[in-house]
Amino acid sequence: MRLHSLMGLVEDMDEEKLTWKQKLVRFFNRESVAGVVCSLPFIIGFLAFMVVPMVLSLFYSFTDYSIVASPQWVGLKNYITMFTDDPLFWQSLWVTLLFAVISVPLKLGFALAVALLLQRQTRLTGFYRIAYYLPSILGGSVAVAILWRRMFAQDGVINSVLGLFGINSHFSWLGDPRTAIWTLITLSVWQFGSSMLIFLAALKQIPTELYEAASMDGAGSWRRFKDITMPLLTPTIFFNLIMQMISGFLAFTQCYIITQGKPLNTTLFYMVHMYNTSFTYYQAGYGAAMAWVMLLIVGVFTLLLFATKRFWVYEEKMK
Amino acid sequence: MSMAVSHSTARHGHQRHIVYHVLVCAFALLMLYPIAWMFFSSFKPTNTVFSTAGQLIPSTWTLDNYVHGFAGFSGVSFWRYLGNSLFIATTATVGTVASSAIVAYALKRLHFHGRKVLFVAMMITMMLPAQILLVPQYLWYQKLGWTNSYMPLIVPYCFAIQGFFVYLIMNFIDGIPLSLDEAAKLDGCSYYGIFFRVILPLLKPALVTSFIFSFMWRWDDFLSALMYVSDTEKYPVALALKLFSDPGSTSDYGAMFAMCCVSLIPSILIFLFFQRYLVNGVSTSGLKG
Repeated sequence: MRLHSLMGLVEDMDEEKLTWKQKLVRFFNRESVAGVVCSLPFIIGFLAFMVVPMVLSLFYSFTDYSIVASPQWVGLKNYITMFTDDPLFWQSLWVTLLFAVISVPLKLGFALAVALLLQRQTRLTGFYRIAYYLPSILGGSVAVAILWRRMFAQDGVINSVLGLFGINSHFSWLGDPRTAIWTLITLSVWQFGSSMLIFLAALKQIPTELYEAASMDGAGSWRRFKDITMPLLTPTIFFNLIMQMISGFLAFTQCYIITQGKPLNTTLFYMVHMYNTSFTYYQAGYGAAMAWVMLLIVGVFTLLLFATKRFWVYEEKMK
Repeated sequence: MSMAVSHSTARHGHQRHIVYHVLVCAFALLMLYPIAWMFFSSFKPTNTVFSTAGQLIPSTWTLDNYVHGFAGFSGVSFWRYLGNSLFIATTATVGTVASSAIVAYALKRLHFHGRKVLFVAMMITMMLPAQILLVPQYLWYQKLGWTNSYMPLIVPYCFAIQGFFVYLIMNFIDGIPLSLDEAAKLDGCSYYGIFFRVILPLLKPALVTSFIFSFMWRWDDFLSALMYVSDTEKYPVALALKLFSDPGSTSDYGAMFAMCCVSLIPSILIFLFFQRYLVNGVSTSGLKG
């Protein structure tokens, strides 16, 4: 470091003799300049594709904007309409909450249970890990959404398999308001593999000495799980909970392809409602307002989860 | 303890072992069943796909579904859609990985004014769900004249806007000893030279991880394609499948399943060949797969 600044001193003495080209090279090679140059892609991207749309969005949310005509300032009208005069807003919010609150804990529960099972090293563990992780890799695709729709169709594989067990069923899983949402929930839970991998990695981090010491003190496997494994996993569970909740609130593709919100809007996700409002009914101002409300809800939910953190998430005491 | 294991507990352990494998294996097969069902259905004659839905293995095997599927619809071959997706996913991914790497280098290794602010901004891009910006982004791209082109699907990604990748690469750079940078600096390397000659070659594992995740996400991306691509000829695979599956447009379920299987091939190949990178990526950064 000192050597470097010495070199800088020597360089400074020759400053006048340098051509403008050399000066330019030297300017760009200053650390403070190089840093900005190297971050330039992000600076431009952040401004152009995040900040500008954010500001536009806030502005549009206070306007009546049909995309084809220019926006008309209407103040808080969009927000007031949403809360007082749009049953579909409440319906979609309810459906989305229901979906997130049921599917996320189920997904994490499966992920944790299977991770604990796969902790044991056997010759087949590699295969099991692949089998459980593959659905996560494929689950976000349109192909799997289409598959899901056909599986739960009246003549689909679910009813056929039930038929093999003697239950002669022509039940319309997607057409019945009571079951339609569950097809989406199963699809979400089916993709527990990536959370499972995160849990497996966290389990590996737990020092074996802890278990050994506990065994010495006579702790059985349930005690070891309850007092060592679970507390040390809570930070990972917390992290997963937040990430999965956010993506649950914002689910779109699966609902859009499998149910389109039918039947009777019992599967109408917030994002699909927002999409329809903006691009099918051309109420872009209203759509922008919906986006801000969702951002607020996600923010409040995250804060609430953080507020519960100290009651159940184990933190290592700093010495 | 192990010396004193009696015959009966050993047998008990053996039984437990078998029960464990049967349970875990059965559940794994159940998990894979939907995919297997689609795969085998795509080889059944199309009119028997649903009448034999309960039967996994086709009684007559046929490739007709693939022939019909690849023929596409309204005169556009399915190969065209695969090509479109390949083009979009590859360019967007190369852009993401390259820009994220250099930004990660700047944020991790260089000291300059505003670095902390940029870091916070980067964390915000990670937290802020992209869907929130759906509407304004559309209107903004429309102003830029980007609608009905691939621009919105590619250009933004070339500006490191996915904080996940920057963060992943930053973590990796953390593990590269600072002394390498300093040695290169003493040898007269510029800051750019340090990145290209010292850091970049060592980043390979992080770059591969970012590449495969980005590629899979871009390949599967449905929402932005739905919003911005309107010419049938320009459709990526995800959108073409949606068109294929729309009620009324076809009743050729065999062909639809065949093309669904084809669309999953890239992800499955990546999964089989780069599993290690995927697992590392998920475990170290909590990326969702």
